[in-house]
Amino acid sequence: MPELTKTPVETEVPETGALAAAEPVREKARSLWQDAWRDLRRNPVFIISGLLITFLVVIAIWPGLIASGDPGDCDLAHSLQGSAAGHPFGFDQQGCDVYTRTVFGARASITVGVLATLGSAVLGGVLGGLAGFFGGWWDTLLSRLADVFFGIPILLGGLVFLSLVGGSLWSVITFIVLLGWPQVARIARGAVVTVKQQDYVQAARALGAGSTRMMLRHVLPNAVAPVIVVSTIALGTYISLEATLSFLGVGLRPPTVSWGIDISSASSSFRNAPHMLLYPAGALSITVLAFILLGDAVRDALDPKLR
Amino acid sequence: MGRYVIRRLLQMIPVFIGTTLLIFIMVYALGDPVSALFGDRAPDPATAAQIRHDLHLDEPLWKQYLLYMAGIFTGNFGTAFNGQPVTELMRTAFPITVRLTIVAILIEAVFGVLLGVVSGLRRRGWVDTAVLVLTLVVVSVPTFVTGYLLQLLLGVRWGVAPATVSAEAPFNELIVPGLVLAAVSLAYVTRLTRTTVAENARADYVRTAVAKGLPRHRVVGRHLLRNSLIPVVTFLGTDIGALMGGALVTERIFNIHGVGYQLYQGILRQNSPTVVGFVTILVIIFLIANLLVDLLYAVLDPRIRYA
Repeated sequence: MPELTKTPVETEVPETGALAAAEPVREKARSLWQDAWRDLRRNPVFIISGLLITFLVVIAIWPGLIASGDPGDCDLAHSLQGSAAGHPFGFDQQGCDVYTRTVFGARASITVGVLATLGSAVLGGVLGGLAGFFGGWWDTLLSRLADVFFGIPILLGGLVFLSLVGGSLWSVITFIVLLGWPQVARIARGAVVTVKQQDYVQAARALGAGSTRMMLRHVLPNAVAPVIVVSTIALGTYISLEATLSFLGVGLRPPTVSWGIDISSASSSFRNAPHMLLYPAGALSITVLAFILLGDAVRDALDPKLR
Repeated sequence: MGRYVIRRLLQMIPVFIGTTLLIFIMVYALGDPVSALFGDRAPDPATAAQIRHDLHLDEPLWKQYLLYMAGIFTGNFGTAFNGQPVTELMRTAFPITVRLTIVAILIEAVFGVLLGVVSGLRRRGWVDTAVLVLTLVVVSVPTFVTGYLLQLLLGVRWGVAPATVSAEAPFNELIVPGLVLAAVSLAYVTRLTRTTVAENARADYVRTAVAKGLPRHRVVGRHLLRNSLIPVVTFLGTDIGALMGGALVTERIFNIHGVGYQLYQGILRQNSPTVVGFVTILVIIFLIANLLVDLLYAVLDPRIRYA
C-alpha cells in the first residue's frame, strides 16, 4: 500500500509534545498522522479494502493483465449465450464477452471516482476553508451558494446538465465536482472555524504571523483530516452515481466501456439472461463497497474522538 | 421561536430563487424547444415566430424567468408542449410519487429503527454483526441493481409481488418499489439508530431507570428510544425531499408514471415547462421539509431553543 498522506509534521510537534508530557514518559510523541497510520496498518478492514482497491486500480490501468480479449470484439452468433470455455461470464446481447467487458469497465469507474473526488476535495476544501478562515460576506455568500446546490435533486441536475453538455468522461466528472463540492466545503469550513479558535493559532497571530503563514503552517495541517475523511467516503458514492447516470443514458456513452452502460443494456434481456447484468453489477457493487470500507477505516483512524 | 421561523423563511428565498434560476437557465439552454416541438420537420418561420411570441420565448431570459415566477404564484405552471397544462400532469404524477415516498419512509422508519435498536442493544453480538454487514452490502449495491434483482426474484421468478405497477399505482403494488427506493436510506437509518442507541445505553438516566427497577421494555421504550430517535427523525425528514427527487430510477424500473417518469420524459423531449415546473415543486418540498425538521428538533429536544 502506498503511504496515505505525507504531511509535514513539524507544525504539530509543540502540541503533541505538550500532550505527551502529561502522559507516562514511555509513550513516544506521535502526530495525528503517525497515530492514524499506525491504527490503519493494524485494521483488517483497511488491509482488505486496500488490497482490493490496489487490485482495481491496477486492473483499471492495465486491464490486459487478466483479460486478453478486446471489449469491442463481439460475435452476434454468441448473443446471450451463457458461460463457455474461455468465456467464464458468458456473452451479452451483441455477443461480446462479458468477462472482458467487466474487466475493462473498471477503468471508467475508477477514473471518474478518483478525479471527481480530487476535484470536489480541492474545490470544496479551498472555498470552504477560505470562507471559514476569513468569514464575513464571503462566508455568507458561499454558504447560500452551497444551499442552492444542495437544493437541486442530484439525479435531475445530472439529467439536465449532461443532456445539455453531452455525456463524456469529462462532463460526468465536471458535474459530480459541481454537485459534490458544497458537501466538502461545509466540512472544511467547520474544521477551519474550530481550528482558528485554538490557542496555538491565537499564539501564532500574537507572534505576528501573517494570514498566509497562519493558513498554510497552522490551520491547514490541522483542518485537513475531516476533508480527507468526507472525500474518501464520497468516492464510493461518486462511482455509484456515475454508473446511475450512465444507466439513465446521459452519463458515459459507448464505445466507452462502463458498468452502468452494460447494466442498462442488460436490463432489457435480464429475465432470460441474468448473467449479463449480474457480473458488471457485482463488479460495481464490490468496487463501491471497497471504497466505503476504506472510508470507514480512514474515518476511524483520523477521528480522535473514536479512539 | 416565531422570530426564528421568520428568519428561516427569509433565508429560504435566495436559495429558492438561486435553485430555480439555475434549473431555468439550464433547461432553456438545452436547445430550441420550438424546433423540438416540430420534430424532424422544419417549422414554418412565421408559425415558429408566433409560437415563440406566445410562449414569451422571444423575451430575454431574465424576463422569461420573472414571467414564469409570476405565473407560479398565481397557480399557473404553463402548458406542456402537447397542450396539456403542467398542473394537470402534476395532479396525476405527484399523488403516485407521494404514495411511493410514504411507503418508502414507513419501511425506513419501521425496519430501520427496529434493526438499529436490536443491534445497538446487543453490540458485538451476532445480530449486530449481521446487521452491520447487511447494511454495508445494501449501501454498496446501487439502486438500479437492487431494483432489477428484486423485480426478477419477487416479481418474475417467485411471483410474490407484481413485477410492474399499474397506472393507478395502489399502495399494495408499491411495496416492492418502495423497498427498493428505501434500501440505501434504510441502511443509514439502521446505522444511525444503532450508534445513538449504543451511545445512550451508557447514559446515566438509563442506569437510573434500570436501578429503580423499571422493566426492560419500559427502559428501552420510554427512556432510551425517545432520546435516541431525535437524529433519526432529522434524517427521515430531510430524506423526504431526496426520495421524491430520487425516485426516478425506481419509477423507471417498475414503470411507475410518477414525478420521476414525467421529468425524465420532459428532459428527453426538451419539454421545458414540465421540467422547470416539477423541479420547482420538488425544491419547495425539499426546503419546507428541512425547515420542519429544524423546528421539530426543538420540540423533540427541549435543550434546543431557537431565539
